[in-house]
Amino acid sequence: MKRFVYVNDDDLSHELYCDNRVSNRKYTLLNFIPKNLWEQFSRFMNQYFLLIACLQLWPLITPVNPASTWGPLIFIFAVSATKEGWDDYCRYVSDKKANEKEVWVVREGSKKLIQAQDIHVGNLVWLRENDEVPCDLVLLGTSESQGVCYVETSALDGETDLKTRSIPPACMGIDSDLLHKIKGVIECPKPDKDIRRFDANLRLFPPFIDNDVCPLTIKNTILQSCYLRNTDWACGVAVYTGNETKLGMSRGVAEPKLTAMDAMIDKLTGAIFIFQIVVVIVLGIAGNVWKDTEARKHWYLLYPDEGPWYELLIIPLRFELLCSIMIPISIKVSLDLVKSLYAKFIDWDKQMVDLDTGTPANATNTAISEDLGQVEYILTDKTGTLTENKMIFKRCCIAGTYFGNENGDAVKDVELLNAINTGSPDAVKFLTVMAICNTVIPIKSPSGIVSYKAQSQDEEALVRAAASMHMDFVSKNSNILDINFNGSLIQYEVLDYLEFTSDRKRMSVVVRDCSSSKIILLSKGADEAILPCAYAGFQTKTFYEAVDQYAQMGLRTFCLAWRELNEDEYQEWSLMFKEANSTLVDREWRVAEVCQRLERDLEILGVAAIEDRLQDGVPEAIETLRKAGINFWMLTGDKQNTAIQIALSCNFVSPEPKGQLLLINGKTEDEVCRNLERVLLTMRITKAEPKDVAFVIDGWALEIALKNYRKAFTELAILSRTAICCRVTPSQKAQLVELLKYCDYRTLAIGDGGNDVRMIQQADIGVGISGREGLQAARAADYSIGKFRFLTRLILVHGRYSYNRTAFLSQYSFYKSLLICFIQIFFSFVSGVSGTSLFNSVSLMAYNVFYTSVPVLVSVLDKDLSEKTVMQHPQILFYCQAGRLLNPTTFAGWFGRALFHAIVVFAITIHSYAFEKSEMEEVSMVALSGCVWLQAFVVTLETNSFTILQHVAIWGNLVVFYIINWIVSALPRSGMYTIMYRLCRQPTYWNTMFLIVAAGMGPVLALKYFRYTYRSSKINILQQAERLGGPIMSLGSIEPQPRTLDTDSLTPLSISQPKSGRNSVFEPLLSDSPNAMRRSFGPGATFDFFQSQSKSSYYPRDKDN
Amino acid sequence: MSNVTTPPMNPNSSPPRKINSHRPTYSRFTQQELPACKPILTPTYVISAFMIVTVVFVPIGLASLFASRHVVEIVNRYDDYCAPYGSRSDKVRFIQSDADKTCNTTITVPKHMKQPIYVYYQLDNFYQNHRRYVKSRSDQQLRNKNYENDTSTCKPEDSVNGTVPIVPCGLVAWSMFNDTFSFSTNNNVKLPITKKGISWKSDRDHKYGKDVFPKNFQNGSLIGGAHLNESIPLSAQEDLIVWMRTAALPTFRKLYGKIEVDLKAGDTINVIMQNNYNTYSFNGKKKLVLSTASWLGGKNNFIGVAYLVIGGLCFVLAMTFTAIYLVKPRRLGDPTYLTWNRSPAGH
Repeated sequence: MKRFVYVNDDDLSHELYCDNRVSNRKYTLLNFIPKNLWEQFSRFMNQYFLLIACLQLWPLITPVNPASTWGPLIFIFAVSATKEGWDDYCRYVSDKKANEKEVWVVREGSKKLIQAQDIHVGNLVWLRENDEVPCDLVLLGTSESQGVCYVETSALDGETDLKTRSIPPACMGIDSDLLHKIKGVIECPKPDKDIRRFDANLRLFPPFIDNDVCPLTIKNTILQSCYLRNTDWACGVAVYTGNETKLGMSRGVAEPKLTAMDAMIDKLTGAIFIFQIVVVIVLGIAGNVWKDTEARKHWYLLYPDEGPWYELLIIPLRFELLCSIMIPISIKVSLDLVKSLYAKFIDWDKQMVDLDTGTPANATNTAISEDLGQVEYILTDKTGTLTENKMIFKRCCIAGTYFGNENGDAVKDVELLNAINTGSPDAVKFLTVMAICNTVIPIKSPSGIVSYKAQSQDEEALVRAAASMHMDFVSKNSNILDINFNGSLIQYEVLDYLEFTSDRKRMSVVVRDCSSSKIILLSKGADEAILPCAYAGFQTKTFYEAVDQYAQMGLRTFCLAWRELNEDEYQEWSLMFKEANSTLVDREWRVAEVCQRLERDLEILGVAAIEDRLQDGVPEAIETLRKAGINFWMLTGDKQNTAIQIALSCNFVSPEPKGQLLLINGKTEDEVCRNLERVLLTMRITKAEPKDVAFVIDGWALEIALKNYRKAFTELAILSRTAICCRVTPSQKAQLVELLKYCDYRTLAIGDGGNDVRMIQQADIGVGISGREGLQAARAADYSIGKFRFLTRLILVHGRYSYNRTAFLSQYSFYKSLLICFIQIFFSFVSGVSGTSLFNSVSLMAYNVFYTSVPVLVSVLDKDLSEKTVMQHPQILFYCQAGRLLNPTTFAGWFGRALFHAIVVFAITIHSYAFEKSEMEEVSMVALSGCVWLQAFVVTLETNSFTILQHVAIWGNLVVFYIINWIVSALPRSGMYTIMYRLCRQPTYWNTMFLIVAAGMGPVLALKYFRYTYRSSKINILQQAERLGGPIMSLGSIEPQPRTLDTDSLTPLSISQPKSGRNSVFEPLLSDSPNAMRRSFGPGATFDFFQSQSKSSYYPRDKDN
Repeated sequence: MSNVTTPPMNPNSSPPRKINSHRPTYSRFTQQELPACKPILTPTYVISAFMIVTVVFVPIGLASLFASRHVVEIVNRYDDYCAPYGSRSDKVRFIQSDADKTCNTTITVPKHMKQPIYVYYQLDNFYQNHRRYVKSRSDQQLRNKNYENDTSTCKPEDSVNGTVPIVPCGLVAWSMFNDTFSFSTNNNVKLPITKKGISWKSDRDHKYGKDVFPKNFQNGSLIGGAHLNESIPLSAQEDLIVWMRTAALPTFRKLYGKIEVDLKAGDTINVIMQNNYNTYSFNGKKKLVLSTASWLGGKNNFIGVAYLVIGGLCFVLAMTFTAIYLVKPRRLGDPTYLTWNRSPAGH
């Protein structure tokens, strides 16, 4: 299946393909009501309520006014529909903004400014610098003579460096005026979401010379949502438009997320539903039996001898309606309400405002805050999430002299500055390499400030550092580089770039010094790629040591080298290089081979160390969250050793001997399989050990593992608390999330770039860092925060409180519904099992809507422990993770309490209002008052912290209860006319209330007190400690690794000291493994196992300071 | 806790690029920092709470019991002796026949009874709260003459032959109690019994129309209970109004009238009853009750006993907790209980 795009042909492709209108909307004006209703009714709960409401329209069976169900039902539906409608309108507005953006498009041979939505496949689109690409384009021309342009793809894949895109060879050298008239056909695949592939070909029509098919790759495209940078203009033909672009295809519909709590509440609702059915059946049968045996004797009931055919159903249906309140209709509304308040609390939180940018945290998804408290796995991106994505040159070692060791910043090292000022040749050479051995483009702003555009942040950092040490890379005019060194201008002519590839791990530049005409080769790269190329006899030992030392500090290291070439050598090599560059087969390999011929006999100048700074508080945040029992996986597109380095420096994995890294590498199935099994074996053995074992896997091996050894990998995922996955693609990230979700873990994915979007959407909770890299991830995420460290607060404070509050609120909702329902059931036993409602419609409705909802709603302010205590004892999160506060057991407790309270209320009411007092309306109000009084005390007992609002809500609600009833009692038409005044004048009424409260709450209080004091949970202990101001505050660091604690041991010290000699246990296992080598980070271990630029031995950071 | 508290601005970092206009404004509510009182269940609080309940409840219980004991109550079941002895069906046949149903009895006053003495009739096993029964009435019709035809809720006693509406309609009115009692002292002096003001004033004024007169009542083929004088408006038919206040329980008392003279201990009272109301078909009991009232109403020991029981139980709980507290003291918030044990993998 192919699509043929006719370039610049206005007529041909219009109907075939969609226009460039982007639409993320779910509804249209017309289908909103039916579609929304349909969606709402696909929920079981709503169907149930609708059924009940319809049944209530049948007067024969309805116990109360149907309005008492229809009112809330319509209200609920209106609320959800309004919310959906508003969300959809917001999407519509943002789509509209994108669609109506104006772009230059060639129409009838000339450029016209049209709206982005009118772009059709085949149109020629012109972009200026810094324009956003409106749809997927195949590049045809640029302002640069070499036919390249630079794009920023961060919105697409999260990578912030500039990428080079080039025009297809067939279009080389076409004049920009001629481009208007270009005609041709592009044969390309159907739209897909793979942003790394574009296998197409292009054939230009005469008069454009090249009539051959010209192959196109992803290198020749610029994709939607990228930005054109450092290029005056670029022009391309639209191949995919609208929702069919690579970005549009990969967007996907985000499934509405259901929290674990919602699932549990649904389960409990199901259980209550079954219970209700049982009750209905039992009472229905009892009612029919009573009717047939007893009721006919009661002449005053005038039961007809023959009933209609459905007679047997009437009593069960009545009970069904009577018991329908068992499932509180208000629970959904209350939950939605409190959930949006949780979300607001996140939005409002001052402590989660990123002070650098002023961005507050934002909860886009308001429905899943409880899940934050139940997170078990955090999958995090690295660059930009853990790190600041700001590379800074920190230290260097030039010709054996260390700079920057004293103050930690080589740029400010006086000795280095002196060396530069005095013109020390080594230092100057070093600086020169820093300044010009790169592909950086300096850009001079009108105000004269030079900024640098670099493909790699490292290069930018080096150039910047060189500039601040008076080696200022000022400008680049085609091949001439201007360097301003201490006020004097030095010019270099670039002869060749020996590009960086991940195999070569180094890059070089050949330049000619314009003043002396000397040709110089400048190289920089990873130590293992540069140091072996030193000329024979060169002492590289000091540099190895330097690299080691820097790597141990978690710095990225580069070795810089230099060699003067003589003219002949260069010319000879240059020919070979050109030839290699034009080969069609195995070009990369040929080029690398040729490059290697030049990059030899180098004079090593020194080692530069660059820091990718961790964000503030990342190690502490990770440590706190790990203490809270959350497992971390790092998923990064970055190189393995960089990932490991970062992992070490942010407490992600512990250093040897506490931690252990297991590598899974391999390019073939066999290798991966072998590695996987070895790692698994080690994991199983280590499981019982107090050891931090993490596995490291790269994207290639991961793909094989996921495809062929899914089971083994799943086991590994379950066993491992920590994992580092490097070189993974966005879809692999999403797959890993899915894998963990499949294992029934609650996952949180956090990332900052477009490449994290899919994992963020896939995870139970997606968190986006709204930082430097645009808002792509933040927009797709459920929560966006400014800095990684806010995650601690998000989870431990907001997540935990939300969980606790919802746990109380939902169970309480069931409790109060069950309470009143049980009373109805009991009453049916004294009313001939006929299904009479003790309570009138007004009371029933108000009971659910006012009397019991308001006090419990303020439980959103309840805090069982102070934020400080939670932060000091993150382990307490365990109660939320394990769902200790909402599960069938706790629910059974509430169920029992409802039953007990119903018995108390009913028994006391009918006994104190017996005989001459047993007037229906009065008894009904006494029972209702009893319920309302009890629930006020239940809420009081279950509230941990009383703010003024709690008092107002709880006691105010009681007052409001009386006021409402007094008002209703003042209406002569209402059934309960004067009842409440009558009751309030009776001493018996108040006696009954106190009796109900004392009898109902006494046992509950006694039980709670007993548990609280003698069977206390950790929460209770912390509460006691916190409120009594005990010494417990100092015990914050009682045990840094929850996992390492033996169950019977109380003294943390004995555990955290690893027993010596344990390491050897694993040695034989791994010694014969070629790939899954055990990586040891001990002080004595200096293995050379990372085949890349820096070593990853680890010392505690401050060891050499 | 550097990861929670907002760190000072890094001097090296770039100045704030933009100040977001949506920056949250500070308030104690939004930051969830409202001052809160956080009580915990310390032994002192809990034990004293239980003691307070004891201290409050025992006197109230005693007072209630005392009040209840002061009430003089005479209960006389008459459905049994006012009907011929024999099987139930005999009694049913008797009550449904036209025979003279007058019945006499004498009551001895055990204690001095101060006026007003309330005369109740008590029905047992009578389901005024049955769904079929409670719903079968029309409050509209009772209140307003214009709603005479509003009998849709009154089935099956809504109309005669399906055309003429019954006023008052419905099973409740139809099955009105129709036994009568008259009292005289030993020396045949009639004891006057006041039937005025036995219903709720609010009912008379607002629930029953002054211009609504009974119509077609008990005219059907089935005669239920009492007949009504068609010349008296509903608002003055106090027996009906009392009866229409349906009882919530199958055993209930309804006010028949008031005797507004004191009765001395040892007085004997002759009661002449018309035993018309059929409770024999469903084994219901009928009782005549004479009772004085206290501030808590009629004789009811339940509240007093319950208060004493609850007070006593709270005392026991308080003592138990005190004992446990003394025998096995436990320091609250003891950090030694704070160990974070959990299984290492997959909880």
